[in-house]
Order: sequence, then structure tokens, then C-alpha cells
Amino acid sequence: MHSLNYHKASNASEAARLLSGTEDGKFLAGGQTLIPAMKTRLAAPSDLVDVSGAADLRGIKVSGREVTIGAATTHAEVAANGELRGVCPSICDMAANIGDPAVRHRGTIGGSVANNDPAADYPAAMLALKATIKTVSREIAADEFFVGLFETALDDDELITSIGFTAPAAGAYAKFPNPASRYAMCGVFVAKGDDGVRVGVTGAGADGAFRPADFEAALDGEFSAKALDGISVKAEEMLSDIHGDGVYRANLVSVMARRAVAAAS
Amino acid sequence: MTIVSMTVNGTAASADVEDRTLLVDYIREHLRLTGTHVGCDTSQCGTCVVHVDGKAVKSCTMLAAAAEGAEVTTIEGVANGELHPMQRAFNDNHGLQCGFCTPGMIMSGIDMVNRYKAAGRELDEAAIRHELEGNICRCTGYHNIVKSIAQAASEM
Ligand SMILES: Cc1cc2nc3c(=O)[nH]c(=O)nc-3n(C[C@H](O)[C@H](O)[C@H](O)COP(=O)(O)OP(=O)(O)OC[C@H]3O[C@@H](n4cnc5c(N)ncnc54)[C@H](O)[C@@H]3O)c2cc1C
Ligand code: FES
Ligand code: FES
Repeated sequence: MHSLNYHKASNASEAARLLSGTEDGKFLAGGQTLIPAMKTRLAAPSDLVDVSGAADLRGIKVSGREVTIGAATTHAEVAANGELRGVCPSICDMAANIGDPAVRHRGTIGGSVANNDPAADYPAAMLALKATIKTVSREIAADEFFVGLFETALDDDELITSIGFTAPAAGAYAKFPNPASRYAMCGVFVAKGDDGVRVGVTGAGADGAFRPADFEAALDGEFSAKALDGISVKAEEMLSDIHGDGVYRANLVSVMARRAVAAAS
Repeated sequence: MTIVSMTVNGTAASADVEDRTLLVDYIREHLRLTGTHVGCDTSQCGTCVVHVDGKAVKSCTMLAAAAEGAEVTTIEGVANGELHPMQRAFNDNHGLQCGFCTPGMIMSGIDMVNRYKAAGRELDEAAIRHELEGNICRCTGYHNIVKSIAQAASEM
């Protein structure tokens, strides 16, 4: 790992100010993606601004069906929050299956969303839950936020402060983990909200997380696994790599979508 | 350089370290507590697991500076005059062969038992296997590790 300067921020505005004063700095949240990347020298920031202890970036608020999750809230905190489970158990169950316990004790929702790994779980949930990603300067709809592989609508140095969404009437996430890394080979989040069914797919798409429009239309008609019979995504639009080719992944999308719908209904 | 201060196994520790120092390197190289191992570069093997403020974390994937003010427990800190029930259970059930993964297995084992007890959830065999997702053992085939943790869970 290259040498660097470490700074600890106690709140969001201090974090933004600290980072703006650095040469090539980055925010550090749980470090569960950034530190491994730095150890292998895939990333070499001049400075790290640690936001994991920023009080105004932490915690979960539930008011009626409105949910706000601070960017520096850990996967373990999302998994174990009783109030959140009361309105949206699907996101708690999803968080409980990210990586392993030690990763969940440190890794955060903000870091996961900002990183937009094509095999990460949260992007599928954000799309299906029609989440809003709030930053220090604006609010970005999930549909506009996830731009491509590891690419988001965030400007350089733009800090995510929280994630907001309305808990759906029903929802579930089905994941087929890569047996070695446990990241998603394919993960499908299904949410039945007031204005229809939304489906978020991660791990499979060649351009990262996406919403399969045909699946949503079919499930709007009838919210059952059977409604998906005969509908599939295009294999050419799926990732194809040593872990599985496009045809394999396209099939996984159908299978995981059915499982998620069955679990939600 | 940054002066980092934390409590390790109940004793105050402080040192001036480079900002890039990983917690595991601080523990091993500065404090000479070499029970915590390093088995990979990819944050996947779990042999470096320690407890920071009571929670299992991979000490290879956290900066020492980020543990400023924390209570850290390593494998050297779990025995209290006699072996911890988790250590005794690994001994009783032949839960190790070469022993390289064992410090991490024991720290993860204690963490999972504590969490399940606090939440009033049953730590059955399937749960132990799920909880061991982040700990790799190249020797045992896991069966005796699972048995060890199950025994300790009934005694802790
Ligand atoms: C062994 C292992 C297994 C894993 N398995 C899974 C898995 O199954 N599924 C899954 O989804 N993930 C998995 N992960 C990744 C994990 O969920 C990470 O925690 C997550 O991707 C990044 O969150 P972090 O808080 O650790 O971010 P960091 O590593 O600290 O940061 C990641 C990036 O986000 C930026 N960033 C962080 N916070 C903010 C913010 N508030 N605003 C703007 N930018 C920010 C950083 O600058 C950096 O570029 C795994 C990781 C490991 C090590
Ligand atoms: S040394 Fe392998 S996970 Fe830390
Ligand atoms: S006992 Fe040898 S790696 Fe686990």
C-alpha cells in the first residue's frame, strides 16, 4: 500500500471540506472495497477522509413507511434494525447476506452504492425500491444514479449523505452467490409498491444493475412467479466471463426473479 | 505519521505509526502480538479477525488510525487465567490441524455466539456454517470447527 494522509471527519460538511483540500483524496467508509484495492495498488489515493464516524451520516429513521438510512450505516446495522424490519424486511435480509459477518460490521450502504460494483447487492435494491440517493448538494433518483460498471452519477468528491425510499407493500431479494467470492452471480430484488412492481437485477447485466421492463409489466398484470413464464432477458446484454456466460446468466435472472416473487407473495 | 492510541486486551497502547499502517500490522509488528495471522491480500480468509469495540472485523482491512480510541481484543486476550470455552472446545473437538486459521476461527466463533445470544436466536449448525462464510480453513474440512463452535455455544 502506498503512503497516504489519514483524516477523520466528525460530520458530513467537515468530510467534504477535508477532501476538497487534498491532492487526490478519497472518502473512506467501511474500507471493505477501498482497502483491498489499495493493498493490491489498484487504488492509490494521496489522502483518505474517514467518514465512518461522522455522526450525521449514521443511523436508520423509519417514519410510517418512509425510510432514511445514513450513508455510513453498516450492513450489520441494516440487517439487525427491528424498526426497519417491521416495514421492509427484504432489505434487512439482503444486507444479512452481503459478504460475511466481519465485512458486514464495517461495510456501509453509502460505500456500496458509491462503488457500484456490477456484482454488489445494494444497487438492485435501490432500483427496485425506487430509492433516492441524497448527497451534500442534491438528490439523485436511483434510475439516474447507476450509470455503468463502477460508474455513478456522482461528481468527483461528492459525498452521499443518506438513502431514502418508501417501504413497498411486499418485496424480496433472491441471490445466487458466486461460490468463491459470495458476490452476486445474479441477484434480483422485487418490490410491489403503490405505483406498480419494480424489479432490480444485479450481477448479471453487462452494463451493471438494471430493471427488466418486460418482467415489471408482467408482474404488474399478475404478481406471481407464473406470470414470468416465457419471459427472459437477452443473453447478449448479460455479462459473460469465466464465472458464467451470457446464456447462463440470462437464465439465472429468470430463476432468481421467480424465487424473489415467490418469496414476496 | 499519526499517534494512535487504543486499548488492546485491556492494556493501553500507543504508538506513532505511518498513516497507511493496517491494524493487523500494528498488532503484529508494533505490539508483537503475533497470534493474529495474515493469510491473504484480498480480505477473504479471516485469519486476521479481531474484535474492535466488541465486533469481529478483519484487521487486515482496517487502518490502525481508524481504531483510535477503540477497545481491541486479539486471540491473546480471550483466555482469562484458563482457556476460553471456545479455545477449550477447539481442543476437545480436534477443531484444528495446522492451526493457521484457528485464531480467526476462535475470534469469529466468540463473536457469533455473543451476537446470537444477545438477539435470542438459536445458533444451529446451518447458522454456524453461514456465519463462517468469511473464515477459510485449508486443513480440516470444517466439520470439527462447526462442532467446536456448537459445543462452546452451549457453554458460553
Ligand atoms: C470478502 C468480501 C466479500 C464481500 N461480499 C460482498 C457481497 O456479497 N455483496 C456486496 O454487495 N458487497 C460485498 N462486499 C463489498 C462490501 O459490501 C463493501 O462494504 C462495499 O462494497 C463498500 O462499502 P465500504 O463502506 O466498505 O466502502 P469503502 O471501501 O470505504 O469505499 C468504497 C468506495 O466508495 C466511496 N465512498 C464511501 N463512502 C462514500 C460516501 N458516503 N459518499 C461518496 N463516496 C463514498 C469511497 O471513496 C470508495 O471509492 C464484500 C467485500 C469483501 C471484502
Ligand atoms: S488476512 Fe485474509 S482476510 Fe485478513
Ligand atoms: S487448521 Fe490449517 S488452515 Fe485451518
